[in-house]
Amino acid sequence: MSLFKFFQLLQYSSLLSAMRSSPWVFPVIASIHLMGLALIGGAVLLVDLRLLGLGMRNQPLPQIARYAERWFVVSLAILLPTGILQFMCFAATKYYYLTAFWVKMAALFLALVFTFAVRRKLVMAAETRMSPLQSKLVATVSLALWGAVAIAGRVIGLP
Amino acid sequence: MSCELESAHNSQHTVHNSELRTSMSLLRLCEWLAATPGSIALHESRYLYLVVLSVHVLTLCLFVGTAAIVDLRLMGLTMQGVRVSEVMERLLPWTAAGFLLMIVSGGLLFYAAPLLRYQNIFFRAKMAVLVLAAVNVWVFHSTVDRRRTEWDSDPIPPRGARLGAGVALVLWAVLIVLGRMIPYQVYWFDCNKQPQPAILNLLAGCITGSR
Repeated sequence: MSLFKFFQLLQYSSLLSAMRSSPWVFPVIASIHLMGLALIGGAVLLVDLRLLGLGMRNQPLPQIARYAERWFVVSLAILLPTGILQFMCFAATKYYYLTAFWVKMAALFLALVFTFAVRRKLVMAAETRMSPLQSKLVATVSLALWGAVAIAGRVIGLP
Repeated sequence: MSCELESAHNSQHTVHNSELRTSMSLLRLCEWLAATPGSIALHESRYLYLVVLSVHVLTLCLFVGTAAIVDLRLMGLTMQGVRVSEVMERLLPWTAAGFLLMIVSGGLLFYAAPLLRYQNIFFRAKMAVLVLAAVNVWVFHSTVDRRRTEWDSDPIPPRGARLGAGVALVLWAVLIVLGRMIPYQVYWFDCNKQPQPAILNLLAGCITGSR
């Protein structure tokens, strides 16, 4: 089955057809997605500002990272289901053709890999051996990747 | 825009009570704003309006994101080992910067279509909730926050602080929903397509011939 056929199957499933018949379901799901966006912004900024020597700069980095991770995971638990539902609503007629959607998926993949496989290991280490320059680099890459996810997401929603 | 013509006609009607006078002067202000070259240019711009809209939405990360972390600390749900004062001191400047960006970008979004916003039930509700959020912040600062030195290091702050923070989180969520709903009013009813139920015309402030 081609990807396009799969997208069609999703969009025209009975659940999604029922969802689309109400004009309110989509904006409500989008609103909850935005709440997740706000919260993940807080969780990402808490660590990245600290890495830049801003925000909670007087607290140990691993401790701030642990506090932030809990809310980062909560944010993902809000964002992923609501994001998937929005995607399924118009998978075959809109998202399949949108460059911004594919850019967002690529950026999201990179951002998740970087956050869990690279940044997490570096910031959770009991004795952080990162130089100020390395810290700033990690924060910049993280902010750039999550910023790309957010901006591409915003572009998907533009008329 | 047809409502501009209608409202020009309306302005010749006698205004009877003070409440109506207030709403009429707000309406006049919106009409005046809508006719300024800046408003028309922003309304008709191809990309600038969308850039402002995107800035407004993405600033959620900075404004509500940092505010939510402070609120979660006040609820005893994060950074329990860090003094509340330190969290507020270090994060609230970022919240304030986010708020400034929100007000400027939101003000521009209003400026781009004053009469549409004036007649939008979700926009009106959003402004009312914004006032409630401000009152909530003021109540917090003038009550339990005055005694902050007594509970600054508590992992779980007193009930008043937790309540204020919880109310704030709910109000941010409501603001997000109402903001997202603003463009969806037309799926429900359209002020420009009358007749509509009187209650909707009243709540949305529809500019109709009868007023």
